[in-house]
Amino acid sequence: MIRKIALSASMLALSAGMAIAAAAHSELEDVAFAHEGPFGTFDQMQLQRGLQVYTEVCSACHGLKYVPIRTLSDAGGPAMPEDQVRAYATQWDITDKDTGEGRPRLPTDNFPVSGLENAPDLSLMTKARAGFHGPYGTGISQLFNGIGGPEYLYSILTHYEENPECAPDGIDGYYYNTAFPNGGVPDTCKDEHGISTVAGSWISMPPPLYDDAVTYADGALATENQMAEDVSAFLTWTAEPKMMARKEVGFKAVLFLIVLSTLLYLTNKRIWAGVKGKKLV
Amino acid sequence: MAGIPHDHYEPKTGGEKWLARRLPIVGLAYDTLMLPTPKNLNWMWIWGIVLTFCLALQIITGIVLAMHYTPHVDMAFASVEHIMRNVNGGYMLRYLHSNGASLFFVAVYLHIFRGLFYGSYKAPREVTWIIGMLIYLAMMATAFMGYVLPWGQMSFWGATVITGLFGAIPGVGTAIQTWLLGGPSVDNATLNRFFSLHYLLPFVIAALVAVHIWAFHTTGNNNPTGVEVRRGSKEEAEKDTLPFWPYFVMKDLFALGVILAVFFAVVGFMPNYLGHPDNYLPANPLSTPAHIVPEWYFLPFYAILRAFTADVWVVIAVNWLSFGIIDAKFFGVLAMFGAIVVMALAPWLDTSSVRSGRYRPMFKWWFALLCVDFIVLMWVGAMPAEEPYATISLIASAYWFAYFLVILPLLGVIEKPLAQPATIEEDFNAHYAKPVSGSSPVAQPAE
Repeated sequence: MIRKIALSASMLALSAGMAIAAAAHSELEDVAFAHEGPFGTFDQMQLQRGLQVYTEVCSACHGLKYVPIRTLSDAGGPAMPEDQVRAYATQWDITDKDTGEGRPRLPTDNFPVSGLENAPDLSLMTKARAGFHGPYGTGISQLFNGIGGPEYLYSILTHYEENPECAPDGIDGYYYNTAFPNGGVPDTCKDEHGISTVAGSWISMPPPLYDDAVTYADGALATENQMAEDVSAFLTWTAEPKMMARKEVGFKAVLFLIVLSTLLYLTNKRIWAGVKGKKLV
Repeated sequence: MAGIPHDHYEPKTGGEKWLARRLPIVGLAYDTLMLPTPKNLNWMWIWGIVLTFCLALQIITGIVLAMHYTPHVDMAFASVEHIMRNVNGGYMLRYLHSNGASLFFVAVYLHIFRGLFYGSYKAPREVTWIIGMLIYLAMMATAFMGYVLPWGQMSFWGATVITGLFGAIPGVGTAIQTWLLGGPSVDNATLNRFFSLHYLLPFVIAALVAVHIWAFHTTGNNNPTGVEVRRGSKEEAEKDTLPFWPYFVMKDLFALGVILAVFFAVVGFMPNYLGHPDNYLPANPLSTPAHIVPEWYFLPFYAILRAFTADVWVVIAVNWLSFGIIDAKFFGVLAMFGAIVVMALAPWLDTSSVRSGRYRPMFKWWFALLCVDFIVLMWVGAMPAEEPYATISLIASAYWFAYFLVILPLLGVIEKPLAQPATIEEDFNAHYAKPVSGSSPVAQPAE
């Protein structure tokens, strides 16, 4: 019982800081997502598939409370037709703020909150988790690979394993996951310093995905890896819905500033030409 | 008024004369813009403009963000998400503001270290230096309180750790901490007052900046030689200087353009690079993050704070001498603030009569080591409090104090400085050939 409390306490400690991730040597896979890099864009079809996985699997326990449903039709996101979004919203009920009565949700409402108390809200999860921070801890790689949040999620979803030899019975009610850094580890899997000898730890979420868990509307093959990748991409969008607009602004601003700086450089050179000659060595 | 002799504004038309007799504002603007500026300023003299830009950027984006933000523990986090998702351009406003703080500190550190190398703090610029240090302190307070506002995990626990420092003051510490927080712990009252002060302090900074500029416009800019502009006559001064407009305005704008290109690349392509992922989790008083780290710009002083643990002999000695009043925690707090105080006292600790590090062969190396020391402190500040980082941070902290308290006073006595140029003009002419005759900024066809 005490162990269980310790376990849930450590899972409440939602601090996936790189330091712990490294200490618990969890296995994270790098996935080449379409949205990575300065020019990366979301794959609209993938976001729609990811939404389907979220709706049919994840939403049973996890909420997206910061995400307005209407944003599903935004450009730069899943970009679903508005009537589809309207129909989609009705599957969840909400207590109306004004009348105090229940009604189906409208696109102007947000997604529901988590249905299960210990299931964290997923709206911002891919930004709240850093998968990797290289090279040499500088994190510069995120310019091209992102911060690794979606990779973290993908790895959690695909790295459920049989209990390791040191704890063949595992922990009752928990599942061994080689990518999950923050859960409990049985004492038999720790060395004399109390440091875990196995990759990852035990998580309370049962393996959520299996092949053909959903039937994709666009006919894509619903393998476990495919679904994990799709839902991770979708949750990257929920965390950063304006990513494509932001990159566009960044691109335009940088381009404009390079042109402006060039002109200012020439102006400056011209002005100083009257008072300053060639630099002497 | 003292200052470098130069042409002043003369009202010409009737309207100008009318206004000048009542409010000499045009003359003030003219004198400010046409200030004689040493013509040998190098690229390290651009950071002042970058800093002024940062202050304006932070105030403008901040005012708009405040229109959409709610300073309440139950709503702050959600209101930031509201800004990110629903407010027009809100994601840019917020990322510009959060990364703008980082640009602000990059610029201020380069500005300070420029001053430390070229002796800009020395007489007669001590007041400029002291005001600059006050601006830096106000910036740190503003940035710290701003980081609390999104009410994420790092916001909350950073606020808890830093306000806890005041609790280390013997006797009255707990009372002061409670007074600062508005309660026994970081809560709604804390968030409200931090929001209020975060809005107030930038305007205090703006006023201090005005005084900072006033002070150095009176003394004149320092310059890479550290040799003063000749003030005997206007003609003499003009050999050493050029008016701020257009020469330095254009130079500074060009530098600002290049820096902003990098800044916008960060904002556009990796806006969370300098942030901490944990701050995208709502504050939870029941769950302490495993690794609480401040923002990068506080790391050097955070490292000094943590360096002096109870087993360091200085701490043991001070503890014994003060009859146990100064314990390790309070010692760390004193060391952290002391690190800034010794920097502010540099004008009186540096005994050398030579201003610029360019002509100080020994000083150069100690200064280079101070720069490395600063980077090392920043690095160990981000590391967990364990070996070997504890020892490294102790050595690095010791060097920081030794530089200001021992090396600067001693160097002035033992160092043999190199020959300095007699005038700025002489130095300028030694570095640059005479301009091609006839080339003037006006009426020249394109090359």
